[in-house]
Amino acid sequence: MNELPPDLLRGLTQSRVSRRQALKFGGLSAVGLVLSACSIPGAQSSKLGLRAARAEIAKYWQTHKKTGQLNFGNWPLYIDVGSKKSDHPSLDLFTKQTGIHVRYLEDIQSNDTFFAKIQPQLAAQQYTGYDIIVITNGQYLAQLIDLDYLVPLDQDRMTNFYAHSSQLVRDPSYDRGNVYTMAWQSGMTGIGYDPKRVGHEITSWQDLQDPRLRGKIGMFADNEDLPNAALCAVGVNPEVSTQADWHRAADWLHKQRPLVRKYYDQGYIDALSRGDIWASMAYSGDIFQANLSGSNLKFVIPKEGAAIWTDNMCIPQHSEHPVDAMTYMDFVYRPDVAAMLAEGINYITPVSDAQPLIRKDAQAASGDDRKTLEYLATSPLIFPTPDEFARLHRFRVNDKREQKIWNALFEPVYQS
Amino acid sequence: MTTLAPEPPAPAPLAVQQAARRPRPAWLGKLTPYWLVLPGWLWLAIFFVIPVVVMLSVSTMTGDIASGFKQTFRFSNYSDAWSAYHVQFVRSLVYGGIATGLCLLLGYPVAFWIAFRGGAHKSSLLFLILLPFFVSFVIRTQSWNFILSDNGMVVSRLRDWGWVGQNFHILQTPAAVIGGLTYNFIPFMILPIYVALERIDLSLLEAAADLYASRTLAFLRIVFPLSIPGVFAGVLLTFVPVSSDYVNASILGGSTGTTMIGNIIQTQYFTNLNYPAAAALSFILMAILLVGVFIYARLLGTDEVLEAATR
Repeated sequence: MNELPPDLLRGLTQSRVSRRQALKFGGLSAVGLVLSACSIPGAQSSKLGLRAARAEIAKYWQTHKKTGQLNFGNWPLYIDVGSKKSDHPSLDLFTKQTGIHVRYLEDIQSNDTFFAKIQPQLAAQQYTGYDIIVITNGQYLAQLIDLDYLVPLDQDRMTNFYAHSSQLVRDPSYDRGNVYTMAWQSGMTGIGYDPKRVGHEITSWQDLQDPRLRGKIGMFADNEDLPNAALCAVGVNPEVSTQADWHRAADWLHKQRPLVRKYYDQGYIDALSRGDIWASMAYSGDIFQANLSGSNLKFVIPKEGAAIWTDNMCIPQHSEHPVDAMTYMDFVYRPDVAAMLAEGINYITPVSDAQPLIRKDAQAASGDDRKTLEYLATSPLIFPTPDEFARLHRFRVNDKREQKIWNALFEPVYQS
Repeated sequence: MTTLAPEPPAPAPLAVQQAARRPRPAWLGKLTPYWLVLPGWLWLAIFFVIPVVVMLSVSTMTGDIASGFKQTFRFSNYSDAWSAYHVQFVRSLVYGGIATGLCLLLGYPVAFWIAFRGGAHKSSLLFLILLPFFVSFVIRTQSWNFILSDNGMVVSRLRDWGWVGQNFHILQTPAAVIGGLTYNFIPFMILPIYVALERIDLSLLEAAADLYASRTLAFLRIVFPLSIPGVFAGVLLTFVPVSSDYVNASILGGSTGTTMIGNIIQTQYFTNLNYPAAAALSFILMAILLVGVFIYARLLGTDEVLEAATR
């Protein structure tokens, strides 16, 4: 394991007694805001030395015990499904083997709204109701870490993770040493298109500036995927981009605007299947799933590159069942469990050892199931080739000052 | 509308009555009506006044989500918000105005027909008007998304018949957004107008006919003036929520020139976590709508509105 920088280990070390606690009774805090100081509190932080921080973390994990209960907040359609829609075989297996009962909540619709939802509780130092949440790497995960809203993981309970996790998700740039996060799944934001309607092959972001596609192009309405894609389009690696690059990317987007039908926050995949749009920014897994249910769409990683993102399991502060959460997070890194999940989710699994297991499942299956599983085991959307990996970039992570400039540049593109 | 308090009941007779039966301190009797309206005031104070004061205070704060927001009485939050988003403000008011006008044009005949020709079926017809409310607002709007899509039942027919060009589309245009707003809010126009029309004494029309007034003249001189309170209430009930709506713009619109101010406020709150800017935008919207309503009330008069609305 890496040496842990002290600022990453602030998690459990801040002072816990504050005036705010007197006001923590739900609605009363609103009155308190007006009457007391007229302010909305942010996070407090006090830096401890590395040794003290380590000791705090060790103490935290020693004092918490297994409770047999786990509240898991995840995105919709992001887990394997059994015969009934509410039935998740991998969770059943987990409950059978560990005795931990899981309340599975599909509560996360987007990083920004979910962050806004749990932030007040975290600021008031209360339990959010979730022991595991799944957050995409990017500005909101960075904020959760910066604000000390996540529990540092117990590295001793990550044996499966260190045995089976793939290069992509081990020691990632957004969370060095996996101090706070373990990957759930990863995916790419590239271009999805309908080859029949477009009539020619799409290979580059510049194809989304083709006047022949006027009114048939979809883009995303957000300040993460959209700007990062535009940075790729102007030939820059977003992670190391400069402000001058941002301006060029914004110009690229403004030039494209007259051709764009809609900046989507949801529903682009339906519009693409229906033919309202012919080509769109798209998530790899969405295209894969649409094709499984009968569409004939294509997904490309444009030659200029595209963003790869990872959704991460993490434990929000004041979790009531952290040990159970830790147990589950390591459980999904067992290759057999990872294969179950990959077969259900169709994004990039964090366990590359799952690929041979999916192949084996495919051989055991028959008919349609077999075709699907074979497609899954060989699809570059699930297991990208090294060549494709080379073109994938991580999101830009901005500091507060940069984020303001960033938002002011890119928001007018999709909101006007 | 909802913020207008009901008139307190006349105190004098009550006090006189009680005093006659058993002597009581006079101040107690005088206070009785106030005690009676106390629950209403408490309700308003807790669920309206306090939140509004809190948001008013937030709107002049500075800071960010990480280090917290502090009260610095930065009133330029308002001018910043206005200069960045005045286009969306104006657009919302224009869309609101057009949609309200359409609601009136379409809703008045419906209300008229139910009130005067509904006969025994009046209540079933009213129920039909309200029936869509049993399905979620968002689902209904989303289903228009299917109906109006480029290869959906409407646009593809028009294209097949050669009435429109290959590139014609309805979704993601201002027309789609205004149409959605009109569709979603038209019951709020129909109901108050119906209430006003339904109260009209039919013998007035007979009298008009006896005096050789044509039906058009009778409508213009008798029916319409008597229905003005209903129209007034309907316009208020429609215009205010329509102007601040964001669901139609996000589902049927496309962010390319159809964004309304509600969408901006939502982004400021939930995406940018910029609470002061969002609060300032909300108050500007509230101020614009309030001023508009006051002017409108001055021009048309409010005396009979409450009567029409509360019946």
